[in-house]
Amino acid sequence: MGAGQPGDRERPINMTDRTITDPKGDDPKTADSTRFLSHLELDQPDKTFLDSNELVINMGPQHPATHGVLRVILKLDGEQVLGTECVIGYLHRGVEKIAEHRTYTMFNPYVDRMDYVAAVSNGLGYCEAVEKLLNIEAPPRARYIRVILTELNRLASHQLWLGTHALDIGAMTPLFYTFRDREEILKIFEKYCGARLTTHAFRIGGCQYETYEGFERDVIKFLDFVPPKIDEYEELLTTNRIWLERTKGVGVISKADAIALGVTGPVLRASGVKWDLRKAQPYAAYSDFDFEVPIGANGDTYDRYSVRMEEMRQSLRIIRQAVEKIPEGPIMAKVPKVMKPPVGEVYHSIEAPKGELGYFIVSDGSTQPYRVRVRPPSFVNLQALDNMVRGALVADVIAVIGTLDIVLGEVDR
Amino acid sequence: MPEEPKSPTLPPSGEPKSTAGHAPAVPAKPAGPVPIPWDSAMVGKLKGQYGSGIREANTYLGQNYMVVEPSIVSELLQILRDREQFDYCVDVTAVHYPQREKQFDLIWILYSFPRNERIRVKTMIADGERVPSAVPIWATANWLEREVFDMFGIRFDGHPDLKRILLPDGWKGHPLRKDYGIIQQDQEWVQANLGIESGQ
Repeated sequence: MGAGQPGDRERPINMTDRTITDPKGDDPKTADSTRFLSHLELDQPDKTFLDSNELVINMGPQHPATHGVLRVILKLDGEQVLGTECVIGYLHRGVEKIAEHRTYTMFNPYVDRMDYVAAVSNGLGYCEAVEKLLNIEAPPRARYIRVILTELNRLASHQLWLGTHALDIGAMTPLFYTFRDREEILKIFEKYCGARLTTHAFRIGGCQYETYEGFERDVIKFLDFVPPKIDEYEELLTTNRIWLERTKGVGVISKADAIALGVTGPVLRASGVKWDLRKAQPYAAYSDFDFEVPIGANGDTYDRYSVRMEEMRQSLRIIRQAVEKIPEGPIMAKVPKVMKPPVGEVYHSIEAPKGELGYFIVSDGSTQPYRVRVRPPSFVNLQALDNMVRGALVADVIAVIGTLDIVLGEVDR
Repeated sequence: MPEEPKSPTLPPSGEPKSTAGHAPAVPAKPAGPVPIPWDSAMVGKLKGQYGSGIREANTYLGQNYMVVEPSIVSELLQILRDREQFDYCVDVTAVHYPQREKQFDLIWILYSFPRNERIRVKTMIADGERVPSAVPIWATANWLEREVFDMFGIRFDGHPDLKRILLPDGWKGHPLRKDYGIIQQDQEWVQANLGIESGQ
C-alpha cells in the first residue's frame, strides 16, 4: 500500500459509522472529486486552501485505544493518514538503570513490570540469560514447569490482546469471553506462586516453588476447558462481516518491510516469515515438543488475528505434552547464594508473546550487573506503525495499534 | 526438595580460599568459561579483507562476536547484510566505561534468517566521537539509535531524525552513563514542566 494512493485500497465503504466517505468510494462522482488531495497537489496555485483538509492531531496519550500512554501525532488529509509520529516515554521508569544498582537476584522481579501482561515470559528470558552468564542450566523438571507456565502466559496474553483489540474495533463481546477464560489461567498462577499478574514465578537457576498438589489436574482441566472457548471467539469474529471489513487488507506490512523493520513475533509470521525462536534456537525445553508455527500470507490485520488464534491452540498442544511428560527431580540448580558471574557479556532471547524479547547482560564480576539491556519486542514492533498506516484511515490506526499488540510498560521500560 | 548430586557444570564459587595459596591465579578458574577464537569461513574472509581492522573474533559461551575498529564499522555492517545475509538487526546498544580512554562500547546484535545465526559486532568509541548511522542498512536501527543517543549521548551521522525518544526533548544529561546518578534528575526541567520542586 503506497502512501497517498487511496485508490489501491480494495474495499467498499466501511461498515462503521464514518461520516466521511472512503476516498475510493463507489460513486464515480466522489471518486473523481478533488476533496482528497495529496499534499503534493496542494502546492498547485489554482487550489484554494478550502480544498485542503490537511490537519495535524494528537491521538493520546490519554486515549483508551492506544493501550496505555502512547501518543501518536497524526498528519491527516481528511480521514486519510499522510504520516504519523509516535511519542513515547510517558511510562519510562529507567529499568535498565535500576538494574545496574541491584544484584542479579534483586532485579528479577523488576522485569515482570515491563510486559506486565506476560510477566512470566519476561522472567523466563531474564533468568535464562543470567543462567547462561553463570554457565549453569536449570534442571529438567524446572524447565518443564517453565514451559507450562510460559505457554499459559502466552495464552493469557493473546486472550487479553484479542479482547482489547476486538473492543477497539467495536466488538465488545469477545472482551468478556476472553477475560472470563483468562481468569482460569490467572487462578493457576495464583495457586502456584501467589501472584496473578506480576508473578515472579522463576528464580535464577530454576523455580522457587514445587508445583502445588493438583497442579497437573488443574492444567489438564484447563486444557479441556479452553479449546471450545477459542472456537467460540472464532465464531464471533472469524467470519463476521464487520470484523472482515475492519481487518482484511488493513495495516499491511510486506515480508521485506517486516524484516527490515526488525518486526518479530506474530506480526512477522503473519507477513509470511516462518520464524519462531522456540523452533529456530530452542531454549528451556521447547526442543522436546511437537508444535506448528502458523504463518499468514498477506501480512494484514486479519492474518495477524489468524496467526495468534492458531498460536493459542499450539500453546495448548505444548502444555499438554509438557504436563504429560513432566519429569521428576529437583527444580533448582546449584546456584551460589552470592551470585558473581564471571566477567563477560551474553545475549539471550526468547519468543515472548509479542516477539523476540532479548536480554544483553554485561558482567564485571561483581554481584551487580554492569549493564542490562532489554531488547523489547513491543518497542521495535511499534516502529512499524508508520509503515502500516500510511494511506489508511484514522480508524485503521486504532486497528493497527491493536494488532501490533504493544504494551507500553515494555515500550518505555 | 530432593538434593541432587553436586552439579559439575557450576563454576567454582569457593575461590577465595584457593586463590591465596599455591598455584598462581591460573587454576583458580578452571571451569570458568573463556572466550575462544571464532573460526569460520566468514571471519576468515573478513579478516583477509580488513586485516587488523577486525581486532578480535571470539566465541564466548557459544556466542560469536567480533570487536572492530570504528572506521570500518559502517562498511562491515553493510557487507554483513548484503554478502553474509544478516538481514535482521536485533538490537543496537551501548555500554559506558568511564575509566577507559574510549569510553563507549557500541554493540550491534545481528541475526540472519537464512543462516539461523546470531552475531555481535562491537566497537569502541570515545566520548563525542560520531558513528555512521545504520538506518540506511536496516530501517529498524532508527529508534534503536535514538535510544542510544537518548541514554548515552552517542551521535549517529546520517540518522534521519536523531532526537530523544524516551526522555523529554528538553532533558539534560544521558542517564545510562555511569556518571549519572540513579536518583539524579534534570531538576530544571522538572521545575519548569511539572510545577514541583523536585521529582524525588
